[in-house]
Order: sequence, then C-alpha cells, then structure tokens
Amino acid sequence: MTPTASHQGGPDLAGQAVETVREQVLAALDGVIDPELDEPITKLRFVSSVDVTPAGDVEVNLRLPTPQCAPNFAFLMAADARTAVRRLPQVRTVKVHLEDHYTGPEINSAIADGKGFMGAFPGETDDDDLAALRELFQRKALIARQARICQSLMGAGLDADDVVALHVRELPDGPETVRCLQLRGELGIGCAPDGPAFVLPNGEPLVADQLQRWLRMARLVATSLEANGGICRSLLQFRHDLATDPEERE
Amino acid sequence: MYERNGEKYFIVDSHLHMWSAGPDNWVKGAEQYAKGWIECFHAYMGLGPAETHWPIEKFMSYTHEDFVKDVFEDGGVDVGIFQSTYLREWYTNGFNTAAQNAALFEKYPDKLIVNGRWDPRDGEKGLKELEEDAKKYKLQGVKLYTAEWNNGSRGYRLDDDICKPFYDKCRELGIKNIHVHKGPTIWPLDKDAFDPRDVDQAATDNGDLNFIIEHVGLPRIEDFCFMATQEPNVYAGLSVVIGGLMHARPRFFAKVIGELLFWVGEDKMLFGSDYGIWEPKWQIEGFLGWDYPDADHEEFSDYPRLNDAGKRKILGLNAAKLYGIEVPAELQIPGAADREDAQLVEAG
Repeated sequence: MTPTASHQGGPDLAGQAVETVREQVLAALDGVIDPELDEPITKLRFVSSVDVTPAGDVEVNLRLPTPQCAPNFAFLMAADARTAVRRLPQVRTVKVHLEDHYTGPEINSAIADGKGFMGAFPGETDDDDLAALRELFQRKALIARQARICQSLMGAGLDADDVVALHVRELPDGPETVRCLQLRGELGIGCAPDGPAFVLPNGEPLVADQLQRWLRMARLVATSLEANGGICRSLLQFRHDLATDPEERE
Repeated sequence: MYERNGEKYFIVDSHLHMWSAGPDNWVKGAEQYAKGWIECFHAYMGLGPAETHWPIEKFMSYTHEDFVKDVFEDGGVDVGIFQSTYLREWYTNGFNTAAQNAALFEKYPDKLIVNGRWDPRDGEKGLKELEEDAKKYKLQGVKLYTAEWNNGSRGYRLDDDICKPFYDKCRELGIKNIHVHKGPTIWPLDKDAFDPRDVDQAATDNGDLNFIIEHVGLPRIEDFCFMATQEPNVYAGLSVVIGGLMHARPRFFAKVIGELLFWVGEDKMLFGSDYGIWEPKWQIEGFLGWDYPDADHEEFSDYPRLNDAGKRKILGLNAAKLYGIEVPAELQIPGAADREDAQLVEAG
C-alpha cells in the first residue's frame, strides 16, 4: 500500500503514521462481523485491500465468495465497515468498495452516500436497516456459541445441574465468551456477572431438564453456521486461488 | 446400477440438470448476470475433487454425450430426475427448462424423469399449463421456487390460499412429489429466501403429497430440521450437501449428515448429485465408503450410525418409493424381503 500524494486540509500523515492508521483500520475491520456467519470479515478474508493516503483518506475493498452472495448481508457488511472505519480519529474520508458483485454498483453508491438498504435498491425493498434479519442471526450466533462453550464444559465433567447453575462470571475466559456477552448486549439480554451463564434464545435462563433438548438444538444451529461458513471459505479460496488458511478450524 | 467391492447398488439421482449457459444463450443487456450466474455455479464445482473439475467453457455447454457418460455410464445412475430452472430474464431460451431436459428424456424415457413447475400466482393459466405439462412429460413431481418474482410479487408461501387449487390439481394429475427450492436465491433482495417455515403448514394440510426440500434449506439447515422432524411427509434433498461438503469439508459434512440422520432419519433422505455442478460418480463412491472420521470423538459419538442398508435407501431406494420406480430384487436391501415375510408371518 504505497501512500499517495497528500490532500489539502488533511492531517498529512508521515509514512510511519500512514502505516499506523492502516493497522487501526484493519483492527476496526476485525470488529465487523459477517452477520450470517458470525465471524469477522477480516478472518473470513473478505477484505482484499486497505489503502490509506497521507491525507487520511481510506479505501477498503471487499470481496465475497461469489458474485451472487445475498445482497442484504453484503450491504450490512459494507455499511458496517464504513461505520467502523469512519470512527477512527485520523481518518478523513472512507470509501468502501464491494468488488465483483452483481449488485456492487448499487451497494457501493448507497454506502458512499450514507444511505440505507432502500437507498441502494429503491422500489425493491421497504426494509431500510435490515434490523430484523440482523437480529435473527444474532440469536442464532448466540445459541451456537453457547452450545460450544457448554459442550466443552460438559466434556470436562460438568453435569446438567452444574451447567444451569453457572453464572456469567464463571464462564471460561476466551473469545467465545467475549462474543457471547457482546451478542447478549446487542440483543438486550442482561449479562451482569451474577446473571445466568446460558440462556434460551428469548433470554430466559435454562433449566436442567431442558438442557439436553436445548443442547441438541443448539448444536444443530452451530453445525449449520459452521457448514455454511465452510462452504463460503472454500468458494472464496477457489474463486481467488488463495492458499488454505492455516487458522481454519477444519 | 453402481458396483463397489462386488456389491451392487440401485441409484436414483434426484437432482440433475441439462443446462445451456453459454454466451449464445445470454439475454442482450443481461450478459453480466448470465455470466455471473454460471461462474458462481462453476465455483461450486471447485468444492469437488480437482480431477473432476471442468473448464468453464465445457461447464457452460456440456453435451448430451457428456451427460450420458457421466451420469449413466460412470455414475451408474439407474434413474435420474431432472429439476428445471428457468431464469428467462438472463438466458434467452431459459437456463434449464423442462423442454431442454425433455430432449434427453425422449432418448432415455426409462431412465429419466422430468419434473415440471407451477407458480400459484399464474392462476387459471398456470393450472392449464400444469395440465398440459403433466400430459407431455408424464409428471410425477414439480419443482417450486417460492422466492421467485412474478409480476411485481416478491415471492409466495406454500401455505398461501392461492396454492390450494394447485395442490388439488396435482392430486388430480397424480403428481405426488413437490420439490421445493430452499437455498441460494437471487431475488427478492430483502427477504430470507431460505426460510422453510411455510412448508410446515403445507405439509400438514396435504398429508398425501410429499415435500422434498432441496439443499435441506442450506444455509439454514436448523430451520429445516426443526420442521422436518415433525412432518412425516417432508424429505431432505441432499444435493449440495454431499457435493459441496463431503470432499471440501469432511468434518462439517460428517456433522451435517449426523444431524440429518438424527432429525430427519435415513428413510427420508434423498441423494442428488446436482449434475452438471458435480459429477455423480465421486459422490456415490465417496458416500458408499463414508463413515464418521472419528466415530468415538465427542463431536460425533451420539449421532446415529449409517450402515450399508441406510446408504442403499439414501442413494436410491427412498426415491424409488416416492416415484414408484421398480427396483430389481437383487438390488434391494439384502435380507429385507425375508424380514418382511417374517413380520407378516408373525403378524398373521
């Protein structure tokens, strides 16, 4: 990423600073989640390039596994990427560009103008913020992540009564727990340290005799998300001739 | 018939296409969509073993000869079922219409079954077309796209009232198998076209019809499973599940199959290669040799096992039942006939 000529009125970042901002941009993009797969777009390798000019103008290019990936999820990722990068103090402008997608031009221009989903596809939708879609998948993601934590605790010897008696503060440290609590916060489900560690999709605490059934269903949701993510990764890898990602779970 | 290690298997491939997707068939002004669509399919082919990949030129326009070799000769498919996909906005003569499929059907009437379509929003005209198609192609099944646009409508639900006359017409015409596409769809843009909840009510209200959910609602397998487990006449169409996961993601594949065996069961799962996306041979060969990668591992330990009899059902015998296909006695599950006789004797 070669820094290009400085724009007037920008912060005029020196070479080293450009690199720092670029790192900040990538870190901000780590926080942008594919709402369907519940994984950061950076980890999914959807960010194909990040350019930063000394003036603080940032251009982010996104690529998806196929040219026909669902426009609603594509839009959410592009919009979230813009929001995340715009928050950085040293960034003057942000351009997010969705590459090689059949609705790329519509999505790119709506994002550039700060418009919602209706702005991208006038007449084709009456859902501007896709909030219900996002929430549906946040609940699925929470269920799937709880299932993985719960399974590993039970593998370590806890029984049903132990599991339902656990509190938030007793959840194991790690990224699954961090993301679980983040999702609970976004869904308005309490996550106070003395609240229940595991909840039903509607936020109610689990009870011991429901645990087997809940876990069975939760494992299926997790499998579905993982399999879907696996297909997306394979398609992206094939489409762009990428090397296998060593960090992949499978 | 497919032969493996001296064992013979009856194969019904319930999901086949004979498409035409080359530049000669692209609608003027919509070339980018037609090209994007087939390139997207071609990327899916990349999920199979490298030695089975085709160049894009062949993939766009494979021939009847390719089909016969890949499906009948190498794949050992006894009976194949065509699912039609129209996409006339992008492909001048349609992508994969019943008429295109029928050209092969006329050459191999004993080995191929053509499924038709209906769209409840077409009303009387649609009912008439269905009647004509049923006669022309001896329809026993249809393939439906609930998310398809039609005259300003952005999709419909299988439990909408406008579907009722079509279910009745199916009954009248002897069409028993309703295949429903619940999987990747382009339009409408703002709806979750994978949502299979409408199948629930439709299957309850039409207990004498079979609902086969293609691609098991991928990527929403959970929504499909929660529904299918409650409905005896709902089946899982495995196209894309085997082709897209078995080779590329074997551990995920094992979990998905384990879940389907648990929620849906081996009596209600149907093999479909989704040819031309993937050739059937490697899928059949791999599935016959398949087992959980590490059956005692906690990830897999409480999933139902799948034995040779279960594989026979999934690869052919289940679909043969739905479509009234006669299966030679030597290709049935070994010992099954004896057991049935024994049960009859006991019951008598």
